[in-house]
Amino acid sequence: MVENRYELTTPAAQLVEVARIAAPYKNKPEMLMNVVIQVQKVVPALSEAVAAVIAREMGISQTHVSGFITFYAMLSVKPHGKYIVRMCKSAPCHVRGAQEIVLALEDQLNIKMGETTEDGRFTLEYCPCLGICDVSPAIMINDKTYGDLTPDSVREIIKRYIREDV
Amino acid sequence: MVNITIDGQKLQVPEGVTILEAARTANINIPTLCYHEDQKIKSVCRICAVEVEGQRLLQAACSYPVAEGMVIRTSTPTVLNARKNNLELLLAHHPQDCLVCGKNGRCELQKLTQDLNMNKPLRYEVETRGFPIDDSSPCITRDPNKCILCTRCVEACNEVQTVGTFSKQNRGYETVVVTPYDKKTVDTPCVGCGQCVQVCPVGALTIHDDTDRIYKELVGGKILVAQVAPSVRVTIAEALGEDPGTISPGRLVTAMKKLGFHQVFDSDFSADLTIMEEGYELLDRIKNGGTLPMITSCCPGWVKFCETFSPKELDHLSSAKSPQQMFGAVIKTYYAEKAGVDPKDICSISIMPCTAKKFECLRPEFHDSGYQDVDISLTVVELANMIKAAGINFKELEETPFDTPFGLGSGAGEIFGATGGVMEAALRTVYEVITGKELPRLDFTEVRGVEGLKEAVIDIDGLEVKVAVVHSLSNARDMLRKVRAGKADYHFIEVMACPGGCVGGGGTPVRSWKKVKARLDAAYELDKQLPIRKSHENPAIKEIYAEFLGEPLSEKAHHLLHTSYISRKDLLS
Repeated sequence: MVENRYELTTPAAQLVEVARIAAPYKNKPEMLMNVVIQVQKVVPALSEAVAAVIAREMGISQTHVSGFITFYAMLSVKPHGKYIVRMCKSAPCHVRGAQEIVLALEDQLNIKMGETTEDGRFTLEYCPCLGICDVSPAIMINDKTYGDLTPDSVREIIKRYIREDV
Repeated sequence: MVNITIDGQKLQVPEGVTILEAARTANINIPTLCYHEDQKIKSVCRICAVEVEGQRLLQAACSYPVAEGMVIRTSTPTVLNARKNNLELLLAHHPQDCLVCGKNGRCELQKLTQDLNMNKPLRYEVETRGFPIDDSSPCITRDPNKCILCTRCVEACNEVQTVGTFSKQNRGYETVVVTPYDKKTVDTPCVGCGQCVQVCPVGALTIHDDTDRIYKELVGGKILVAQVAPSVRVTIAEALGEDPGTISPGRLVTAMKKLGFHQVFDSDFSADLTIMEEGYELLDRIKNGGTLPMITSCCPGWVKFCETFSPKELDHLSSAKSPQQMFGAVIKTYYAEKAGVDPKDICSISIMPCTAKKFECLRPEFHDSGYQDVDISLTVVELANMIKAAGINFKELEETPFDTPFGLGSGAGEIFGATGGVMEAALRTVYEVITGKELPRLDFTEVRGVEGLKEAVIDIDGLEVKVAVVHSLSNARDMLRKVRAGKADYHFIEVMACPGGCVGGGGTPVRSWKKVKARLDAAYELDKQLPIRKSHENPAIKEIYAEFLGEPLSEKAHHLLHTSYISRKDLLS
């Protein structure tokens, strides 16, 4: 059974802000990326209500908005932690030992891929190719990338984030 | 023209055609899956792979344009192997329950496995998506697990109909065609038109099956009173394997009697009734300064579309019910009285080309007889399935006329199933009512045909009546925009949700424009054959007004034959 990823209510005040961002782009579907990036800065996640407001204000269908949001790994339909650890899911990283890195991350943070730590600090996610296959296996934490990883080196990196030493 | 070679055969074909099109002119059949003759080229399934000399990799024939001197091979072992492998990968993601699938025997994926001679166990482990089947809509059933991601339905729903019920979500291996945020279909703006069902090559989108409810009623002791929509008689034979456009009202009635329906009436009658009420309403609006343009309301998909996307324009919709619902109200009142039966003992069933009619039956407005006016609406395809299951040899059946007193319809009612038909039928009646003179020519060819927007100005005794006809909801959306802007300078607009009108409806056998055109021709042919071609001349219509309703727009007619609409804007939030 597919997990319910979409149980999230967005406060009305945030929806008003979303509407303010989207409204200038009525009937300009090509501006959706612009809108969604701005919106993501003001809401914890792109919930169903957020997509409905964007769709209404831009004059496009809700399925268009949600198809767009779910396509991009950097856009999220559920809230995530302060640090999003993104593991590259593409073939080069896979053959260079991505699975071991995943096991190390899951073990260290005590969560599974796709989950967020209870304290809300870390989220583990897969993402498509990061474009740095030369240093595979690679991860990205928020907007910083780390390559040539081993289970030990990734543990060291995470430790620095735990200490907020970044 | 360019010179190409396909499988050793030298051909001259126009520049710009694809390899697939070129091959077809030479009778070379390249298998396809995502390709649909009426849609844009998608090029996603890679089943039509061919070898092009000089190219390192195989190319998709559906999208690759021919060029001078091109040498193509369509059936080398490399090609056949690649197709089989691509198909195997698709099958590895597809449930293997073909024997009990609603599309069994009509599935394009299944046919492909036969054509490509797939006769060994799959080399890959089958991994399906684990989505629940969404049966929430009364019109269509969605099983996203069976989807092969051809995206034909996405084009039908988002571009042809501009409804936006579902589209591709997620990315890569995770891609699925589902509703946004995993909503139930019933919570989306889906209007139930069924155009997605029409293009789905597999069993991912099917008509909501109500045949079991009929079987239950057959043994339940109720009187089964059926009405048969105009377009059913030009599509039922096709659904049972005959040529598109085969006309078979008589055999249809015989088959339904054999199935156990007690009374089989002709919805042409209630189409005529609709014309009387709608025609008089139009006259009333023109004379007394009512909201114009008036827009038809026979099509439940269109009505829900307007309620959802443009509730402020609902005043423009005619208050007249659709023929299905008029008949429903008449059967459980006038007919029950006449036949001396208690309306609660009647099970009223409609046979429709339409999936959205199933939704219309359930609207709370349609209980004017004191009961649900139409209990069950079946599509042509479901009825064909019942005929097949009962072992009835449709081809060899004798003809039976429709039952009285509602067995007589006019040619005007007959063409309701064609785009422009309601308009033409209305004009025939409105002209004669206004002028009191006989119409010099009955055929309003201006409103026939398959153009998305048809316009005409009809001179009725000095009054210039401007009319427009649109079909498919993208055209309806454009028309709504004009109405909103005050730029729709018409008196009367006909809107049908399905491209081509009801004969191209979601409940008809799988459509293509070629087939729909044959069905349209058949509907106009039937009109020509009928002795009465104007609604107001139908004796059954005269009788019901004399005996029961009084006159068009009377209080009784208002109560039983007219309705109101509600805003469904909340479906967009």
